[in-house]
Amino acid sequence: MTRKTSLVSADWVAENINNKSIAIIEVDEDTTLYDIGHIENAIRFHWRDDLQDGLIRDLISKDKFEALLSKFGISNDTTVILYGGNNNWFATYAFWYFKVYGHEDVRLLDGGRKRWELDARPLVTAVPSRTATRYVAKDRDNSIRAFRDEVIAEIGKSNIVDVRSPQEFSGELAAPAHLPQESGQIKGHIPTAKNIPWSKAANEDGTFKSDDELKALYVGAGVDLRKDTIAYCRIGERSAFSWFVLHELLEVKNVKNYDGSWTEYGSLVGVPVALGA
Amino acid sequence: MRTCGATPGGPDLTGVNVATQSIIQGAVLCEGINDGVPNGAPVTNAYVRLLDSAGEFTAEVPTNAQGQFRFFAAPGAWTVVVLAAGAREEVKVQAQQGTPVDLIIEIKD
Repeated sequence: MTRKTSLVSADWVAENINNKSIAIIEVDEDTTLYDIGHIENAIRFHWRDDLQDGLIRDLISKDKFEALLSKFGISNDTTVILYGGNNNWFATYAFWYFKVYGHEDVRLLDGGRKRWELDARPLVTAVPSRTATRYVAKDRDNSIRAFRDEVIAEIGKSNIVDVRSPQEFSGELAAPAHLPQESGQIKGHIPTAKNIPWSKAANEDGTFKSDDELKALYVGAGVDLRKDTIAYCRIGERSAFSWFVLHELLEVKNVKNYDGSWTEYGSLVGVPVALGA
Repeated sequence: MRTCGATPGGPDLTGVNVATQSIIQGAVLCEGINDGVPNGAPVTNAYVRLLDSAGEFTAEVPTNAQGQFRFFAAPGAWTVVVLAAGAREEVKVQAQQGTPVDLIIEIKD
C-alpha cells in the first residue's frame, strides 16, 4: 500500500514531467552531476548546503525549511518527487526530512538517478524557474528521529539496525570504501545492533527489492518487527534509506532514523562499543 | 587518446596519502579501435560497484568526466562491477596498502 504512496517509477516520472502539481528535486552530497544533466524540470537541493544548519550539527530550522521550499515554489499541497545518485541515499534522507517537517505528499523515484541513467533516459541542463510560494511547515516530528541518549537507553531493548557495510560494522573500515579512511571516531558498532547493510534492500540497479524479500531480509537477520526500531549508519543518510524501507515500504511502526549515527556515537566518551561481525 | 607512458587509468593521486590507504581505482572506457591499446572514449555515466570477497556490496561511485573512479578499500580480495546503459563488466582485484590497484575497464559497444 505505501509502496503506492511513497514510491514512483521512472515511467511515472517521465509521464508526469510537465505536471505542474509536482516538484522534482535532485538531492545529493555532490550536486555537480546536476550541472552535467538532470531530469527535466528537476530543481537541486544540496544535502549539506541546503539541508544542514551549518553552525550547529542539526537540520535547518523550521523557518529556514519554509524559506527554502517557498523559494523553490513548493506548496504544502505539492507532490514532491525526490531522487539522487548514491542509490538514493540523500534522496531518502530528504524524504525522511520532509516527513520530519510534516510534508504530506512526498515520494521517491525508485532506483533514483542510476536507474534513470541505466535506462538511457534523457537528462537536461536547463534549470527550471518556479514561482515562489509561501510554504508552512509543521513542527518537527521527532517520532521518526532518534537522539543519542535514547539510543544508549535502547541498547538490548529496541531493534538497533546498523545499515553500514560489514567492514564498517566489524571495525575494519571507518567509512564507506569510496571515502578516505581517516576519521575522528573510534571504529566498531553499537552493542546488540544487527548488521543489515542498506544495500541488501536494493537491487543492483538501485530499485528496491520486493516487499516479501525485504521482510525476509530483516526478519531473517533477527529483527523483531513488533518491537521499536532504530536505524543508524555513519551520518544518517544510508540509515534514512533503511528507515524508508522499514517505515514506508514495510509499514513497520515506530522506526526511527538516528541521524547522529556513528559520527556522533563513535565520538561519545564512555559509551559501550562492540567489534567484530 | 591514451598513449604509451600515459598516466594510469584512475584519478590523479596527488594529495592522497597512498601509504596509508588500500586504493582500487581506474577508468571505464568504450572499446577503442582494435589496436591492442584501450583508447576508447571515457564512459562518464557508468556506476562502479565494489563487492567484498563474499560478493557483498561495499561501495559504489559514478564515474567522473574522465570515466574514472576510486575506492579506499582494505587489503584483500575484491570484485569491481561496472554498470552502464546496456553493459555490465566484472573484474576481480587484490588490494594492498600502499600500492594502488589501477584498472582500465573496457565497455563493449
